[in-house]
Amino acid sequence: MPKKELETANRPDNTAFTQQRLPAWQPMLSAGIVIPGFVLIGLAFIGIGVALFITSRNITVLEMDYTGVETSSDCFKCSAGTIPNCLCNLYFTLNDTFPGQVYFYYGLTNYFQSHRKFGVSVDAYQLSGDTYYFTNPLNVCAPYQFVNGSIPIVPCGLSANSMFNDTFKLYQLVNVSKPVPLDGRGIAWWSDYNVKYRNPTTTPLKNAFNGTIKPPCWPKPAYELDLTDPSNNGLVNQDFLVWMRRAALPNFRKLYRRITGPDYASGLPPGNYTIEIAYNYPTMIFNGRKKVVLSNVSWMGGKNDFLGVAYLVVGSLCVVMSIVMLIVYATFKFPEDG
Amino acid sequence: MSFFTMDFAKKKEREMERKLRANDREYNLSFKYATNAIKTSKYNVFTFLPLNLFEQFQRIANAYFLILLLLQLIPAISSLSWFTTVVPLVLVLFMTAAKDATDDINRHKSDNHVNNRKVNVLINGQLRCEKWMNVRVGDVIQLENNQFVTADLLLLSSSEPLNLVYIETAELDGETNLKVKQALTVTGDMGDNIHKLAAFTGEVRCEPPNNRLDRFTGTLINGGQKYSLDNNRILLRGCTLRNTEWCFGLVLFGGPETKLMKNCGKTTFKRTSVDRLMNVLVLCIFGFLAVMCTILAIGNRIWEQRWGSDFMVFLPREDGVNASFSAFLTFWSYIIILNTVVPISLYVSMEVIRLGNSFYIDWDRNMYHACSDTPAEARTTTLNEELGQIKYVFSDKTGTLTQNIMTFNKCSINGKSYGDVIDCNGQRLEITENTETVDWSFNPLADQRFSFHDHSLVEAVKLESPQVHNFFRLLSLCHTVMAEEKKKDELLYQAQSPDEGALVTAARNFGFVFRSRTPESVTIVEMGEQRSYDLLALLDFSNVRKRMSVIVRSPEGKLCLFCKGADTMIYERLHRSCSKLMDVTTEHLNEYAGEGLRTLALAFKDLDEEYFKGWQQRHHVASTALEDREEKLDLLYEEIEKDLMLLGATAIEDKLQDGVPQTIEQLSQADIKIWVLTGDKQETAENIGYSCNMLREEMDDIFIVSANNPDDVKQELRNALNTMKPGAGEEATFMPVSSLGSKIKEVKDEEVAGEYGLVINGHSLAYALDHSTEMLFLRAACLCKTVICCRVTPLQKAQVVELVKKYKQAVTLAIGDGANDVSMIKAAHIGVGISGQEGMQAVLSSDYSVAQFRYLERLLLVHGRWSYLRMCKFLRYFFYKNFTFTFVHFWFAFFCGFSAQTVYDEWFITLYNLVYTALPVLGMSLFDQDVNDTWSFQYPKLYVPGQLNQYFSKTAFFKCALHSVYSSVVLFFIPYAAMNDTVRSDGKDIADYQSFALLTQTCLVFTVCIQLGLEMSYWTAVNQLFVWGSLTMYFAVTFAMYSNGMYLTAPASFPFIGTARNSLNQPNVWLTILLTSILCVLPVVAYRFLLIQLRPTINDKVMFMVRQAKATPAPRTRRAQVRRSSTRRSGYAFSHAQGYGDLVTSNRFLRRPAIVPTSGFSLLGRTTGFSPMGRSAGYSPTGSAQNNRPQHVEATSLQMFSTELDHSF
Repeated sequence: MPKKELETANRPDNTAFTQQRLPAWQPMLSAGIVIPGFVLIGLAFIGIGVALFITSRNITVLEMDYTGVETSSDCFKCSAGTIPNCLCNLYFTLNDTFPGQVYFYYGLTNYFQSHRKFGVSVDAYQLSGDTYYFTNPLNVCAPYQFVNGSIPIVPCGLSANSMFNDTFKLYQLVNVSKPVPLDGRGIAWWSDYNVKYRNPTTTPLKNAFNGTIKPPCWPKPAYELDLTDPSNNGLVNQDFLVWMRRAALPNFRKLYRRITGPDYASGLPPGNYTIEIAYNYPTMIFNGRKKVVLSNVSWMGGKNDFLGVAYLVVGSLCVVMSIVMLIVYATFKFPEDG
Repeated sequence: MSFFTMDFAKKKEREMERKLRANDREYNLSFKYATNAIKTSKYNVFTFLPLNLFEQFQRIANAYFLILLLLQLIPAISSLSWFTTVVPLVLVLFMTAAKDATDDINRHKSDNHVNNRKVNVLINGQLRCEKWMNVRVGDVIQLENNQFVTADLLLLSSSEPLNLVYIETAELDGETNLKVKQALTVTGDMGDNIHKLAAFTGEVRCEPPNNRLDRFTGTLINGGQKYSLDNNRILLRGCTLRNTEWCFGLVLFGGPETKLMKNCGKTTFKRTSVDRLMNVLVLCIFGFLAVMCTILAIGNRIWEQRWGSDFMVFLPREDGVNASFSAFLTFWSYIIILNTVVPISLYVSMEVIRLGNSFYIDWDRNMYHACSDTPAEARTTTLNEELGQIKYVFSDKTGTLTQNIMTFNKCSINGKSYGDVIDCNGQRLEITENTETVDWSFNPLADQRFSFHDHSLVEAVKLESPQVHNFFRLLSLCHTVMAEEKKKDELLYQAQSPDEGALVTAARNFGFVFRSRTPESVTIVEMGEQRSYDLLALLDFSNVRKRMSVIVRSPEGKLCLFCKGADTMIYERLHRSCSKLMDVTTEHLNEYAGEGLRTLALAFKDLDEEYFKGWQQRHHVASTALEDREEKLDLLYEEIEKDLMLLGATAIEDKLQDGVPQTIEQLSQADIKIWVLTGDKQETAENIGYSCNMLREEMDDIFIVSANNPDDVKQELRNALNTMKPGAGEEATFMPVSSLGSKIKEVKDEEVAGEYGLVINGHSLAYALDHSTEMLFLRAACLCKTVICCRVTPLQKAQVVELVKKYKQAVTLAIGDGANDVSMIKAAHIGVGISGQEGMQAVLSSDYSVAQFRYLERLLLVHGRWSYLRMCKFLRYFFYKNFTFTFVHFWFAFFCGFSAQTVYDEWFITLYNLVYTALPVLGMSLFDQDVNDTWSFQYPKLYVPGQLNQYFSKTAFFKCALHSVYSSVVLFFIPYAAMNDTVRSDGKDIADYQSFALLTQTCLVFTVCIQLGLEMSYWTAVNQLFVWGSLTMYFAVTFAMYSNGMYLTAPASFPFIGTARNSLNQPNVWLTILLTSILCVLPVVAYRFLLIQLRPTINDKVMFMVRQAKATPAPRTRRAQVRRSSTRRSGYAFSHAQGYGDLVTSNRFLRRPAIVPTSGFSLLGRTTGFSPMGRSAGYSPTGSAQNNRPQHVEATSLQMFSTELDHSF
């Protein structure tokens, strides 16, 4: 027998793999699959589209521009940026109840937070509370790395420096201005607040910042962002975190506060309201707009009609297409003829 | 290789003359001649890294990535982290380096193998066994029989008389016959006297090293005398010593300076047409990349002007950067970001795919030849897809289409035909392996390998019918075969042509055993009784005579002339009384010819003693005449060869390889044109043409071009062209030139009604290949269904291939088995060698080797087609995948201030091509098949799209790009609109950059996966695993990268912490992913569906039929070979060279029966027996033409790596 083995020493193995005979599923774009497939997808999409559209329609949004471009606006006086600590008011009236949990957003337009340099100019080590980087910020933070070339900036970088610093207070006008309680806790992502950003463990916090300086645009240093709540101060300030989560698109809104309080738990009742704005942030110079947005949310998030409409359109197109394909198929009947 | 040749080129530039002295190492060392060590390896341990890297960066793609890497190091430009480029680049460099290293190790091994061969060297008066590499110029070495010649030697002395040596030069020039070299008498007299040889101090002055194999000039100065040296005294490295016990030689050139090595390394680096197209496309892509970046740079300029300068409160510009400079920087930043249009993994993947598909060829059992235990082999792993695009096949005949085995099949004796097996009903039976063969036990001298099925012939022999006996007596007497009887009763015939061997063996088995010969006699054993015939004259074969005769005197003293030859020739010389027998025999001849057998007619004549004496006298005078000897002899021959009595006819089968006609049929069904280029005679070639079904009776016309001057050839070709296509213009129509910068015109394919064949012989071909006629020839040939070129030299074979390559935009394949096919194999786009035969020259220079011609069908129609399909699908999909990936950046630019902000996470960019999408597309390119092999054979037309470049062309590429643009628009703008101003369901942020990046990249991954699913038509478990595995991998890696742990280890590298969990738990994110991926794919589905309905391709049709059939079809019905109507007669099918008869009658020949030097240096084909060893190819072995293009072939490392060596040439 060894002789026989020798004779076939070079014979290739007979396996499904080497002989390219692996069992396989060979789908084909046949009429039986494609046309019903299109109908099914079409119908499903129309269904999803209707649900999304109705949901989106039921979300209430109140959006008010307070940039102060028009002279009639109360904020016009502040828009020039000449008055320090300028305060202005924004009045609005609700005819119906603003239902559900109401969120308070500020919005900016024409603001390129998506610019690459905003993304680059961040010192992740510093923001994660590494004190070495407090005194030695990364070069990427330039030109907001040092002041006068030697005093390190904390938090350094373009992104931090440009933090939005208008503040808002909401009053319901019932005879007297009744402040509507705004809750600023938990407006940032849990992971940002608990993992990504950390304060140094130094107590008091202020000492960690010794030898550093606040970013040039900031009115006060980081350790004074919220003196009332140590867990919302320094580098884990929620407003700061929200700002640092930079927007993808030039027009964006960011969560400012949640409206809370026993009177407003199920929405804002009808009536007159005013928002007192500490107008600090300059946007007029780059033709940006500042907005205040009140909104409630649904299972699909904030108001966005697009998704519903898109599903409806695509679903309808699928159905139309399936009819076209059916007609073509019936006419040509490939491949019976071929 | 290139380095070292260049080194030598430099060093030796000044060597005008070589001087050396025998046995004087010191003197010779002063010239610093190269030693005999060869080095084909490129690196050693220390030079590997720098040299290999240097070479790798010479490749455009790698250099491009290096430049990108450098760009990324400039902070102002760097838009991506360094690792996005470094990781893939390092991976690619590492893989290539590993491959180069293994190749080089192999080269080292084979170098060592060659360098460590042993040879006897004369050192200090003693013969010592030394390694080849230690042999120096000026050494005297001793070679023994069957040894390779160590270096280029001056022959000093040999064991043979007249100081002759016999060498085989097959490895050098591809000729399998032996050549003779002769030493000078002055050196030859030394013999094997070691003392004399050691004392020999001859000085040689000769030409410097060069690559001319056929020329040598030099002088030997010995003892004050000058002797001139020429090529006849030189043994070249690469030859083999044969039939010579020993010889001594003086080393003239060693190692790299030998003529063999000087002929190396000129192999052209073959690239596939897909490669060439890719190069053009990559250039286009670079252009396109530059355009995109320019647009974005301009966008940046405008943005900086209109927005950026106002936005400087928050985004101050760096010092010295104004809007224009920023635009300039942006241009480069975008070059970095958009570099993924030509990803580095493209080239790696292509190599992997080709490698995989090459393995399939090696592994294929259906291309494994059990008899010779030879599997098919892909010797080049870079040409696979080209196998799917072959338009022209150039095939050798002998050994490729045929087995080069001649079998005595049938004969007609005295009007009765033998050889068919008839059953009891008188029906002719098909002869199969199981048919009972004749039992030779009555004949102890019979060759047991010879089989014959018709018992009636044996009976006829036993009945002692005089005609039958004369018939076989003739066969045993009239030939030039030599017999060797090493052991008693074990005869071994050495025939000059396999035909003759077959005839003599047939006679032997039927009881007329040719036993031995002397110049004057032939001894045969007639039915057990030994008889010696006096050989009085041998009237030799010539091309004009087409017959040979012997005049013998039987032991009884009867004078007889036996003649065998072409029927036409014999019939003219028959006695009138044979006319009745002639008619019957003619019928038989026609029948045999109709079956594709090679026929000979046999006749004899009793001679009158008186007359013969007179004739013999005149013959003696004529053969010693100084003038017109040939003519005088011819006249004498004519005179005596008349009034012959017809004996009968023989039919010899030039056995085709299995399945050749079927394969040819299949290939022509696939629109592949087959040209046979053979060294054989026209008749033989035509004959084979018919038996292969290439030429058919029902063809409209078969043109035979055999003119002997240029004008006639031109005229004949023109006539042919006009017959096929009346009114065809003189000038060919050219294709509009489209490829970049090529000035070569391409001839349009012309269509013609009807089937034509063209047969052209070597002489005419030489004229036809002339510059003024080549176009005419090409047009005529391409209009014909079949082209047969006969009596062509190896060089002409290559020229024909080059001609088609030059003017036709078509892929050519050359297939052959012998050294004479090497040139054509190298010239064609793809060379296929027939392995398992005697010589390995063809295989060594081929790209693929198969054991049988019929495997070509599977190689092309299955492996080639699949490889091409897979490669094209791969390329189309790969470009789609990367364009889509890249274009999204382009759209995002409008929303990020043209700041070169990437849309995706950098880790995603790094891993996209390497991890997330690599395996699925590789899986597709390794497993995909539209229909299985059975159906591929059933519908050879499936092969046609490959020939027309339909699966991947500029148009297909453009469509891909458009599709990508669409997909990228959907991929960017749907998430854009869906995420605009929206928030999470708990009111928190989701429209942030990181979530958006995650959303887009997830959409992208899904889209490309679904798109891959659409492309893939063969989902194996592996494919499923790859696709689902990659998706899983994407999510696993994403969640891992965005996890707390990773962030805490390196905060700066993993800024996307938490994005996945915060974003991918939102229903609207998933709804967006669903919408985006579906919207990307649905239009494609609809488009493809409609296309199948409206304009189904051949693939669609066959795939549909496969679905209909569900099961595999019935085994394909081989078209039964049609018996040709017998209107034509085969020619004289003798493949002799002229002049062999002289040898038989000369004394010298008999001393050493194998080879003989005749007058001067005219060499003769030598074949041993008619086992599949010899070649009957008949190109002139003495012609010098084939030496112009020497084929270096040493069965060492030289060829295996020659393709890699030549990048830098």
